Amino acid sequence: MSSTASSNTALINGFFEWFGELGLFSWQVLRAAVTPPFEFRELARQIDEIGSKSFPLVALAGAAIGAILALETRDSLVRFGASSLLPAAVVYSIIHEIGPVVTGLVVCGRVGAGIGAELGSMKVTEQIDAIEVSAVNPYRLLAATRILACILVLPLLTLAADFCGVVMAWVADAMVDPITFHQFIHNGFSVFGFSDFLPPTFKTAVFGLIIGLVACFQGMRTRGGTEGVGRTATNSVVLSSLFVILADVIMVKLIVMFFP
Amino acid sequence: MIENLEKTNGEPPVVLRGLHKSFGEQVVLNGIDLKVARGETLAVLGRSGTGKSVLLKIIIGIEKPDAGSVSIHGQEITGINLGKLNAIRRKMGFLFQQAALYDSLTVEENVAFPLKHNTNMPGSERQDRVEELLKSVGMEGDLKKMPSDISGGMQKRVGLARALALDPDILLLDEPTAGLDPITSGEIDELILKLQKEHAMASIVVTHDLQSAKTIAGRLALLHEGNVILEGTFADLEKSDDKFVTDFMRRDA
Repeated sequence: MSSTASSNTALINGFFEWFGELGLFSWQVLRAAVTPPFEFRELARQIDEIGSKSFPLVALAGAAIGAILALETRDSLVRFGASSLLPAAVVYSIIHEIGPVVTGLVVCGRVGAGIGAELGSMKVTEQIDAIEVSAVNPYRLLAATRILACILVLPLLTLAADFCGVVMAWVADAMVDPITFHQFIHNGFSVFGFSDFLPPTFKTAVFGLIIGLVACFQGMRTRGGTEGVGRTATNSVVLSSLFVILADVIMVKLIVMFFP
Repeated sequence: MIENLEKTNGEPPVVLRGLHKSFGEQVVLNGIDLKVARGETLAVLGRSGTGKSVLLKIIIGIEKPDAGSVSIHGQEITGINLGKLNAIRRKMGFLFQQAALYDSLTVEENVAFPLKHNTNMPGSERQDRVEELLKSVGMEGDLKKMPSDISGGMQKRVGLARALALDPDILLLDEPTAGLDPITSGEIDELILKLQKEHAMASIVVTHDLQSAKTIAGRLALLHEGNVILEGTFADLEKSDDKFVTDFMRRDA
Protein backbone atom coordinates (compact mmCIF):
# COMPACT_ATOMS: atom_id res chain seq x y z
CA MET A 1 0.00 0.00 0.00
CA SER A 2 2.73 2.42 1.06
CA SER A 3 4.85 1.44 -1.96
CA THR A 4 1.88 2.30 -4.25
CA ALA A 5 1.53 5.67 -2.49
CA SER A 6 5.24 6.42 -2.82
CA SER A 7 5.26 5.41 -6.50
CA ASN A 8 2.27 7.71 -7.09
CA THR A 9 4.11 10.54 -5.31
CA ALA A 10 7.19 9.91 -7.48
CA LEU A 11 4.99 9.97 -10.59
CA ILE A 12 3.38 13.28 -9.60
CA ASN A 13 6.80 14.74 -8.71
CA GLY A 14 8.18 13.57 -12.06
CA PHE A 15 5.23 15.17 -13.87
CA PHE A 16 5.74 18.58 -12.23
CA GLU A 17 9.52 18.30 -12.54
CA TRP A 18 9.18 17.69 -16.29
CA PHE A 19 6.99 20.76 -16.76
CA GLY A 20 9.28 22.85 -14.55
CA GLU A 21 12.34 21.84 -16.57
CA LEU A 22 10.44 22.46 -19.82
CA GLY A 23 9.60 25.96 -18.56
CA LEU A 24 13.25 26.70 -17.75
CA PHE A 25 14.34 25.26 -21.10
CA SER A 26 11.77 27.43 -22.94
CA TRP A 27 13.03 30.53 -21.12
CA GLN A 28 16.66 29.77 -22.04
CA VAL A 29 15.72 29.17 -25.68
CA LEU A 30 13.64 32.35 -25.83
CA ARG A 31 16.46 34.41 -24.32
CA ALA A 32 18.98 32.88 -26.74
CA ALA A 33 16.65 33.40 -29.72
CA VAL A 34 16.15 37.14 -29.20
CA THR A 35 19.78 38.07 -28.46
CA PRO A 36 22.50 38.30 -31.14
CA PRO A 37 24.35 36.71 -32.81
CA PHE A 38 21.51 35.22 -34.86
CA GLU A 39 22.14 31.89 -36.54
CA PHE A 40 20.47 32.65 -39.91
CA ARG A 41 22.51 30.09 -41.85
CA GLU A 42 21.61 27.30 -39.44
CA LEU A 43 17.96 28.45 -39.50
CA ALA A 44 17.93 28.22 -43.31
CA ARG A 45 19.49 24.74 -43.13
CA GLN A 46 16.84 23.61 -40.65
CA ILE A 47 13.99 25.05 -42.77
CA ASP A 48 15.34 22.98 -45.66
CA GLU A 49 15.84 19.90 -43.49
CA ILE A 50 12.44 20.07 -41.79
CA GLY A 51 10.43 21.65 -44.59
CA SER A 52 11.51 20.32 -47.94
CA LYS A 53 12.34 16.85 -46.63
CA SER A 54 8.93 16.52 -44.92
CA PHE A 55 7.10 17.75 -48.01
CA PRO A 56 6.75 14.40 -49.88
CA LEU A 57 5.37 12.58 -46.82
CA VAL A 58 2.98 15.41 -45.90
CA ALA A 59 1.80 15.74 -49.53
CA LEU A 60 1.24 11.99 -49.77
CA ALA A 61 -0.67 11.87 -46.49
CA GLY A 62 -2.80 14.86 -47.54
CA ALA A 63 -3.54 13.27 -50.94
CA ALA A 64 -4.51 9.93 -49.38
CA ILE A 65 -6.79 11.59 -46.83
CA GLY A 66 -8.42 13.71 -49.57
CA ALA A 67 -9.19 10.65 -51.71
CA ILE A 68 -10.50 8.60 -48.78
CA LEU A 69 -12.62 11.47 -47.53
CA ALA A 70 -14.22 11.96 -50.98
CA LEU A 71 -15.01 8.26 -51.37
CA GLU A 72 -16.38 7.83 -47.83
CA THR A 73 -18.38 11.07 -47.84
CA ARG A 74 -19.96 10.31 -51.20
CA ASP A 75 -21.69 7.19 -49.80
CA SER A 76 -23.18 9.14 -46.88
CA LEU A 77 -24.33 12.10 -48.96
CA VAL A 78 -25.89 9.95 -51.69
CA ARG A 79 -28.16 8.33 -49.06
CA PHE A 80 -29.57 11.79 -48.30
CA GLY A 81 -29.66 12.86 -51.94
CA ALA A 82 -27.10 15.57 -51.23
CA SER A 83 -24.16 14.43 -53.39
CA SER A 84 -23.88 17.94 -54.88
CA LEU A 85 -22.67 19.10 -51.47
CA LEU A 86 -19.69 16.76 -51.66
CA PRO A 87 -17.07 19.31 -52.85
CA ALA A 88 -18.04 21.79 -50.11
CA ALA A 89 -18.09 19.10 -47.39
CA VAL A 90 -14.73 17.64 -48.40
CA VAL A 91 -12.93 20.96 -48.93
CA TYR A 92 -14.30 22.29 -45.63
CA SER A 93 -13.17 19.17 -43.73
CA ILE A 94 -9.72 19.16 -45.28
CA ILE A 95 -8.94 22.84 -44.80
CA HIS A 96 -10.61 23.23 -41.43
CA GLU A 97 -9.35 20.21 -39.59
CA ILE A 98 -7.94 17.21 -41.39
CA GLY A 99 -5.16 18.98 -43.32
CA PRO A 100 -3.73 20.79 -40.24
CA VAL A 101 -4.00 17.76 -37.94
CA VAL A 102 -2.59 15.26 -40.41
CA THR A 103 0.30 17.64 -41.16
CA GLY A 104 0.94 18.12 -37.43
CA LEU A 105 0.95 14.40 -36.70
CA VAL A 106 3.07 13.47 -39.73
CA VAL A 107 5.64 16.11 -38.75
CA CYS A 108 5.52 14.86 -35.13
CA GLY A 109 6.57 11.45 -36.42
CA ARG A 110 9.21 12.49 -38.92
CA VAL A 111 10.67 15.64 -37.43
CA GLY A 112 10.01 14.97 -33.72
CA ALA A 113 11.86 11.66 -33.86
CA GLY A 114 14.59 13.14 -36.06
CA ILE A 115 15.32 16.13 -33.82
CA GLY A 116 15.05 14.05 -30.64
CA ALA A 117 17.44 11.38 -31.90
CA GLU A 118 19.89 13.88 -33.42
CA LEU A 119 20.17 16.07 -30.33
CA GLY A 120 20.07 12.99 -28.07
CA SER A 121 23.06 11.47 -29.91
CA MET A 122 24.88 14.80 -29.72
CA LYS A 123 24.20 14.95 -25.99
CA VAL A 124 25.44 11.44 -25.13
CA THR A 125 28.55 11.82 -27.31
CA GLU A 126 29.37 15.17 -25.59
CA GLN A 127 28.99 17.13 -28.85
CA ILE A 128 26.64 19.58 -27.10
CA ASP A 129 29.25 20.05 -24.36
CA ALA A 130 31.82 20.61 -27.12
CA ILE A 131 29.63 23.38 -28.57
CA GLU A 132 29.37 24.94 -25.12
CA VAL A 133 33.14 24.87 -24.45
CA SER A 134 33.64 26.54 -27.85
CA ALA A 135 31.82 29.55 -26.31
CA VAL A 136 28.74 28.94 -28.49
CA ASN A 137 25.28 28.84 -26.93
CA PRO A 138 23.71 25.45 -27.83
CA TYR A 139 20.23 26.77 -27.00
CA ARG A 140 20.68 29.33 -29.78
CA LEU A 141 22.50 27.16 -32.31
CA LEU A 142 20.59 23.90 -31.87
CA ALA A 143 17.24 24.55 -30.19
CA ALA A 144 16.13 28.06 -31.25
CA THR A 145 16.88 27.39 -34.93
CA ARG A 146 14.99 24.07 -34.99
CA ILE A 147 11.99 25.41 -33.08
CA LEU A 148 11.75 28.51 -35.27
CA ALA A 149 12.08 26.38 -38.42
CA CYS A 150 9.20 24.16 -37.22
CA ILE A 151 7.03 27.23 -36.51
CA LEU A 152 7.68 28.71 -39.97
CA VAL A 153 7.41 25.48 -41.93
CA LEU A 154 4.25 23.91 -40.47
CA PRO A 155 1.75 26.38 -42.06
CA LEU A 156 3.48 25.94 -45.43
CA LEU A 157 3.37 22.17 -45.16
CA THR A 158 -0.30 22.44 -44.18
CA LEU A 159 -1.00 24.37 -47.39
CA ALA A 160 0.71 21.58 -49.33
CA ALA A 161 -1.34 18.90 -47.54
CA ASP A 162 -4.57 20.89 -48.13
CA PHE A 163 -3.77 21.36 -51.82
CA CYS A 164 -2.92 17.68 -52.40
CA GLY A 165 -5.98 16.62 -50.40
CA VAL A 166 -8.35 18.81 -52.44
CA VAL A 167 -6.82 17.69 -55.76
CA MET A 168 -7.05 14.00 -54.84
CA ALA A 169 -10.60 14.49 -53.52
CA TRP A 170 -11.53 15.89 -56.96
CA VAL A 171 -9.81 12.96 -58.72
CA ALA A 172 -11.66 10.44 -56.51
CA ASP A 173 -14.96 12.28 -56.99
CA ALA A 174 -14.52 12.71 -60.75
CA MET A 175 -13.86 8.98 -61.19
CA VAL A 176 -17.37 8.24 -59.88
CA ASP A 177 -19.27 11.30 -61.06
CA PRO A 178 -17.43 13.34 -63.76
CA ILE A 179 -16.89 16.97 -62.70
CA THR A 180 -14.34 19.52 -63.90
CA PHE A 181 -11.66 20.70 -61.50
CA HIS A 182 -12.89 24.26 -61.93
CA GLN A 183 -16.45 23.24 -61.00
CA PHE A 184 -15.23 21.17 -58.03
CA ILE A 185 -13.20 24.11 -56.68
CA HIS A 186 -16.05 26.55 -57.33
CA ASN A 187 -18.53 24.34 -55.45
CA GLY A 188 -16.00 23.52 -52.74
CA PHE A 189 -15.12 27.11 -51.90
CA SER A 190 -18.64 28.52 -52.35
CA VAL A 191 -19.31 28.36 -48.60
CA PHE A 192 -15.80 29.49 -47.68
CA GLY A 193 -14.66 32.88 -46.43
CA PHE A 194 -11.07 34.04 -45.86
CA SER A 195 -11.58 33.82 -42.10
CA ASP A 196 -12.43 30.13 -42.50
CA PHE A 197 -9.13 29.53 -44.19
CA LEU A 198 -6.54 31.50 -42.19
CA PRO A 199 -7.01 30.42 -38.53
CA PRO A 200 -6.89 26.64 -39.15
CA THR A 201 -3.81 27.03 -41.35
CA PHE A 202 -1.91 29.30 -38.99
CA LYS A 203 -2.80 27.31 -35.88
CA THR A 204 -0.24 24.80 -37.18
CA ALA A 205 2.48 27.31 -36.25
CA VAL A 206 1.55 26.39 -32.65
CA PHE A 207 1.89 22.71 -33.60
CA GLY A 208 5.36 23.59 -34.92
CA LEU A 209 6.25 25.29 -31.64
CA ILE A 210 5.11 22.22 -29.70
CA ILE A 211 6.95 19.72 -31.93
CA GLY A 212 10.20 21.71 -31.97
CA LEU A 213 10.13 22.54 -28.28
CA VAL A 214 9.32 19.03 -27.04
CA ALA A 215 11.81 17.32 -29.39
CA CYS A 216 14.66 19.74 -28.58
CA PHE A 217 13.91 19.56 -24.85
CA GLN A 218 13.84 15.75 -24.86
CA GLY A 219 16.98 15.61 -27.02
CA MET A 220 19.05 17.99 -24.92
CA ARG A 221 18.26 16.20 -21.65
CA THR A 222 19.03 12.70 -22.97
CA ARG A 223 20.85 10.38 -20.57
CA GLY A 224 22.11 6.83 -20.89
CA GLY A 225 23.81 6.09 -24.20
CA THR A 226 22.09 4.54 -27.22
CA GLU A 227 19.20 3.23 -25.12
CA GLY A 228 18.62 6.80 -23.94
CA VAL A 229 18.67 8.08 -27.53
CA GLY A 230 16.03 5.50 -28.51
CA ARG A 231 13.90 6.49 -25.54
CA THR A 232 14.26 10.16 -26.46
CA ALA A 233 13.14 9.56 -30.06
CA THR A 234 10.07 7.63 -28.86
CA ASN A 235 9.19 10.15 -26.15
CA SER A 236 9.59 13.06 -28.57
CA VAL A 237 7.05 11.53 -30.95
CA VAL A 238 4.60 10.38 -28.26
CA LEU A 239 4.66 13.62 -26.25
CA SER A 240 4.60 15.99 -29.21
CA SER A 241 1.69 14.04 -30.80
CA LEU A 242 -0.21 14.13 -27.52
CA PHE A 243 0.34 17.87 -27.04
CA VAL A 244 -0.51 18.61 -30.69
CA ILE A 245 -3.87 16.83 -30.29
CA LEU A 246 -4.58 18.63 -26.98
CA ALA A 247 -3.56 21.98 -28.47
CA ASP A 248 -5.83 21.30 -31.45
CA VAL A 249 -8.85 20.75 -29.20
CA ILE A 250 -8.15 24.02 -27.38
CA MET A 251 -7.51 25.98 -30.57
CA VAL A 252 -10.61 24.66 -32.33
CA LYS A 253 -12.62 25.97 -29.38
CA LEU A 254 -10.84 29.34 -29.54
CA ILE A 255 -11.29 29.59 -33.33
CA VAL A 256 -15.01 28.85 -33.00
CA MET A 257 -15.21 31.56 -30.30
CA PHE A 258 -13.23 34.26 -32.08
CA PHE A 259 -13.99 33.46 -35.76
CA PRO A 260 -17.61 32.26 -35.61
CA MET B 1 55.00 24.19 -4.30
CA ILE B 2 51.75 26.08 -4.94
CA GLU B 3 53.09 29.11 -3.04
CA ASN B 4 56.29 29.03 -5.12
CA LEU B 5 54.28 29.14 -8.34
CA GLU B 6 52.41 32.19 -7.14
CA LYS B 7 55.66 33.95 -6.27
CA THR B 8 57.30 33.23 -9.61
CA ASN B 9 54.33 33.67 -11.93
CA GLY B 10 51.97 36.07 -10.13
CA GLU B 11 48.29 35.00 -10.13
CA PRO B 12 48.18 31.52 -11.68
CA PRO B 13 45.74 31.17 -14.62
CA VAL B 14 43.82 28.40 -12.84
CA VAL B 15 43.07 28.47 -9.11
CA LEU B 16 40.60 26.05 -7.50
CA ARG B 17 39.64 26.48 -3.87
CA GLY B 18 37.54 24.13 -1.75
CA LEU B 19 35.64 22.54 -4.64
CA HIS B 20 32.80 20.25 -3.60
CA LYS B 21 30.59 18.27 -5.95
CA SER B 22 28.11 15.49 -5.25
CA PHE B 23 25.71 13.54 -7.45
CA GLY B 24 22.87 12.51 -5.16
CA GLU B 25 24.42 10.67 -2.22
CA GLN B 26 27.72 10.18 -3.99
CA VAL B 27 30.38 12.71 -3.01
CA VAL B 28 32.72 13.13 -5.99
CA LEU B 29 34.84 16.13 -5.00
CA ASN B 30 35.29 16.94 -1.34
CA GLY B 31 37.26 20.16 -1.04
CA ILE B 32 39.76 20.30 -3.91
CA ASP B 33 42.46 22.99 -3.87
CA LEU B 34 44.71 23.21 -6.92
CA LYS B 35 46.64 25.86 -8.84
CA VAL B 36 48.21 25.67 -12.27
CA ALA B 37 50.74 28.21 -13.49
CA ARG B 38 51.34 29.46 -17.04
CA GLY B 39 53.51 27.02 -19.00
CA GLU B 40 52.92 24.30 -16.42
CA THR B 41 51.22 20.94 -16.97
CA LEU B 42 49.40 19.30 -14.09
CA ALA B 43 48.29 15.68 -14.45
CA VAL B 44 45.28 14.67 -12.38
CA LEU B 45 45.36 10.96 -11.62
CA GLY B 46 42.94 8.70 -9.81
CA ARG B 47 40.72 5.68 -10.09
CA SER B 48 37.76 5.65 -12.46
CA GLY B 49 34.76 7.52 -11.06
CA THR B 50 36.80 9.73 -8.71
CA GLY B 51 35.59 12.90 -10.41
CA LYS B 52 38.58 13.76 -12.58
CA SER B 53 36.49 14.55 -15.68
CA VAL B 54 33.92 16.36 -13.51
CA LEU B 55 36.78 18.52 -12.22
CA LEU B 56 37.69 19.57 -15.78
CA LYS B 57 34.04 20.25 -16.62
CA ILE B 58 33.74 22.46 -13.53
CA ILE B 59 36.84 24.40 -14.59
CA ILE B 60 35.35 25.18 -18.01
CA GLY B 61 31.90 25.85 -16.55
CA ILE B 62 29.76 23.05 -18.01
CA GLU B 63 29.26 21.57 -14.53
CA LYS B 64 28.55 23.72 -11.49
CA PRO B 65 30.27 22.96 -8.18
CA ASP B 66 28.12 22.62 -5.04
CA ALA B 67 30.62 24.79 -3.17
CA GLY B 68 34.04 26.33 -3.67
CA SER B 69 35.56 28.69 -6.19
CA VAL B 70 37.11 28.46 -9.65
CA SER B 71 39.26 31.41 -10.60
CA ILE B 72 40.46 31.74 -14.21
CA HIS B 73 42.99 34.51 -14.78
CA GLY B 74 41.88 36.00 -11.49
CA GLN B 75 38.18 36.00 -12.39
CA GLU B 76 35.71 33.90 -10.45
CA ILE B 77 33.60 31.87 -12.90
CA THR B 78 31.08 30.20 -10.61
CA GLY B 79 27.86 32.21 -10.83
CA ILE B 80 28.90 34.62 -13.60
CA ASN B 81 26.60 35.21 -16.56
CA LEU B 82 26.93 33.26 -19.80
CA GLY B 83 28.36 36.19 -21.80
CA LYS B 84 31.27 36.63 -19.36
CA LEU B 85 31.77 32.88 -19.06
CA ASN B 86 31.98 32.54 -22.84
CA ALA B 87 34.58 35.34 -22.96
CA ILE B 88 36.68 33.26 -20.54
CA ARG B 89 36.01 30.04 -22.45
CA ARG B 90 37.50 31.64 -25.58
CA LYS B 91 40.83 31.59 -23.71
CA MET B 92 40.47 27.88 -22.94
CA GLY B 93 40.76 24.73 -25.03
CA PHE B 94 39.16 21.41 -24.11
CA LEU B 95 39.91 17.95 -25.49
CA PHE B 96 37.14 15.47 -24.67
CA GLN B 97 37.77 11.85 -23.76
CA GLN B 98 36.09 10.59 -26.96
CA ALA B 99 37.15 13.73 -28.89
CA ALA B 100 33.45 14.73 -29.28
CA LEU B 101 33.89 15.81 -32.89
CA TYR B 102 30.71 17.04 -34.59
CA ASP B 103 29.80 13.98 -36.63
CA SER B 104 27.86 15.90 -39.28
CA LEU B 105 30.86 18.13 -40.08
CA THR B 106 34.11 17.31 -41.87
CA VAL B 107 37.49 17.41 -40.14
CA GLU B 108 38.19 20.95 -41.39
CA GLU B 109 34.68 22.17 -40.47
CA ASN B 110 35.17 20.80 -36.96
CA VAL B 111 38.38 22.79 -36.53
CA ALA B 112 36.83 25.87 -38.16
CA PHE B 113 33.79 25.75 -35.83
CA PRO B 114 35.21 27.83 -32.93
CA LEU B 115 36.75 30.32 -35.39
CA LYS B 116 33.53 30.70 -37.35
CA HIS B 117 31.45 31.37 -34.25
CA ASN B 118 33.90 33.49 -32.24
CA THR B 119 35.90 35.58 -34.70
CA ASN B 120 35.28 37.79 -37.69
CA MET B 121 38.07 36.09 -39.61
CA PRO B 122 37.49 36.19 -43.40
CA GLY B 123 36.90 32.80 -45.04
CA SER B 124 40.32 32.54 -46.70
CA GLU B 125 42.17 33.50 -43.52
CA ARG B 126 40.08 31.01 -41.55
CA GLN B 127 40.91 28.29 -44.04
CA ASP B 128 44.63 29.06 -43.71
CA ARG B 129 44.35 28.90 -39.92
CA VAL B 130 42.49 25.55 -40.08
CA GLU B 131 45.13 24.10 -42.40
CA GLU B 132 47.90 25.39 -40.15
CA LEU B 133 46.26 23.84 -37.07
CA LEU B 134 45.66 20.51 -38.78
CA LYS B 135 49.27 20.51 -40.02
CA SER B 136 50.50 21.10 -36.47
CA VAL B 137 48.72 17.90 -35.36
CA GLY B 138 49.77 15.90 -38.44
CA MET B 139 46.33 15.81 -40.06
CA GLU B 140 46.90 18.04 -43.07
CA GLY B 141 45.93 15.30 -45.54
CA ASP B 142 42.48 14.57 -44.07
CA LEU B 143 40.66 17.89 -44.29
CA LYS B 144 37.60 16.59 -46.13
CA LYS B 145 37.14 13.36 -44.19
CA MET B 146 34.22 12.81 -41.82
CA PRO B 147 35.00 11.97 -38.17
CA SER B 148 33.53 8.48 -38.67
CA ASP B 149 36.11 7.80 -41.40
CA ILE B 150 39.18 8.37 -39.22
CA SER B 151 40.69 6.36 -36.35
CA GLY B 152 40.40 7.14 -32.62
CA GLY B 153 43.95 8.53 -32.52
CA MET B 154 43.25 10.77 -35.51
CA GLN B 155 40.01 11.97 -33.88
CA LYS B 156 42.04 12.96 -30.80
CA ARG B 157 44.43 14.90 -33.03
CA VAL B 158 41.55 16.74 -34.69
CA GLY B 159 40.02 17.38 -31.25
CA LEU B 160 43.35 18.84 -30.17
CA ALA B 161 43.49 21.07 -33.25
CA ARG B 162 39.94 22.27 -32.49
CA ALA B 163 40.89 22.92 -28.85
CA LEU B 164 43.80 25.09 -30.03
CA ALA B 165 41.81 26.98 -32.67
CA LEU B 166 41.27 30.13 -30.59
CA ASP B 167 44.89 30.09 -29.38
CA PRO B 168 43.98 29.39 -25.74
CA ASP B 169 46.25 29.96 -22.79
CA ILE B 170 44.62 27.22 -20.73
CA LEU B 171 44.33 23.69 -22.14
CA LEU B 172 42.22 20.97 -20.51
CA LEU B 173 42.76 17.42 -21.70
CA ASP B 174 40.41 14.63 -20.64
CA GLU B 175 42.12 11.23 -21.03
CA PRO B 176 44.05 12.17 -24.20
CA THR B 177 45.47 8.65 -24.59
CA ALA B 178 42.47 6.58 -23.41
CA GLY B 179 41.60 3.72 -25.76
CA LEU B 180 44.69 4.19 -27.92
CA ASP B 181 47.46 1.68 -28.58
CA PRO B 182 50.85 2.39 -26.89
CA ILE B 183 52.47 3.72 -30.07
CA THR B 184 49.61 6.12 -30.85
CA SER B 185 49.53 7.13 -27.15
CA GLY B 186 53.23 7.96 -27.37
CA GLU B 187 52.60 10.03 -30.52
CA ILE B 188 49.78 11.95 -28.81
CA ASP B 189 52.05 12.59 -25.79
CA GLU B 190 54.79 13.89 -28.09
CA LEU B 191 52.25 16.10 -29.83
CA ILE B 192 50.99 17.53 -26.53
CA LEU B 193 54.58 18.23 -25.42
CA LYS B 194 55.33 19.97 -28.73
CA LEU B 195 52.18 22.09 -28.52
CA GLN B 196 52.88 23.00 -24.90
CA LYS B 197 56.35 24.22 -25.87
CA GLU B 198 54.94 26.26 -28.75
CA HIS B 199 52.02 27.82 -26.86
CA ALA B 200 53.25 27.92 -23.21
CA MET B 201 49.76 27.18 -21.89
CA ALA B 202 48.62 26.21 -18.42
CA SER B 203 47.49 22.62 -18.97
CA ILE B 204 45.54 20.15 -16.88
CA VAL B 205 45.58 16.56 -18.09
CA VAL B 206 43.23 13.99 -16.62
CA THR B 207 44.62 10.53 -17.17
CA HIS B 208 44.92 6.95 -15.96
CA ASP B 209 48.04 6.48 -18.01
CA LEU B 210 51.02 6.78 -15.64
CA GLN B 211 53.54 6.70 -18.49
CA SER B 212 51.70 9.49 -20.27
CA ALA B 213 51.48 11.55 -17.04
CA LYS B 214 55.21 11.08 -16.47
CA THR B 215 55.99 12.22 -20.03
CA ILE B 216 53.80 15.29 -20.34
CA ALA B 217 53.26 16.61 -16.81
CA GLY B 218 55.68 18.43 -14.53
CA ARG B 219 53.41 18.01 -11.54
CA LEU B 220 50.82 15.40 -10.59
CA ALA B 221 47.83 15.38 -8.27
CA LEU B 222 46.37 12.08 -7.13
CA LEU B 223 42.62 12.11 -6.36
CA HIS B 224 41.15 9.61 -3.94
CA GLU B 225 37.70 9.68 -2.31
CA GLY B 226 37.13 13.28 -3.36
CA ASN B 227 40.43 14.65 -2.06
CA VAL B 228 43.90 15.31 -3.44
CA ILE B 229 45.91 12.85 -1.38
CA LEU B 230 49.25 13.62 -2.97
CA GLU B 231 50.57 16.48 -5.07
CA GLY B 232 54.08 16.62 -6.45
CA THR B 233 56.39 15.30 -9.13
CA PHE B 234 56.35 11.76 -10.49
CA ALA B 235 59.40 11.07 -8.28
CA ASP B 236 57.36 12.18 -5.22
CA LEU B 237 54.66 9.68 -6.19
CA GLU B 238 57.21 6.90 -6.54
CA LYS B 239 58.76 7.74 -3.16
CA SER B 240 55.43 7.84 -1.29
CA ASP B 241 54.81 5.08 1.25
CA ASP B 242 51.03 5.72 1.35
CA LYS B 243 49.28 2.39 0.69
CA PHE B 244 46.83 3.79 -1.90
CA VAL B 245 49.65 5.61 -3.74
CA THR B 246 51.88 2.56 -3.84
CA ASP B 247 48.96 0.35 -4.94
CA PHE B 248 48.03 2.89 -7.62
CA MET B 249 51.61 3.01 -8.88
CA ARG B 250 51.68 -0.80 -8.97
CA ARG B 251 48.24 -0.67 -10.67
CA ASP B 252 46.62 -2.57 -7.76
CA ALA B 253 44.37 0.23 -6.54
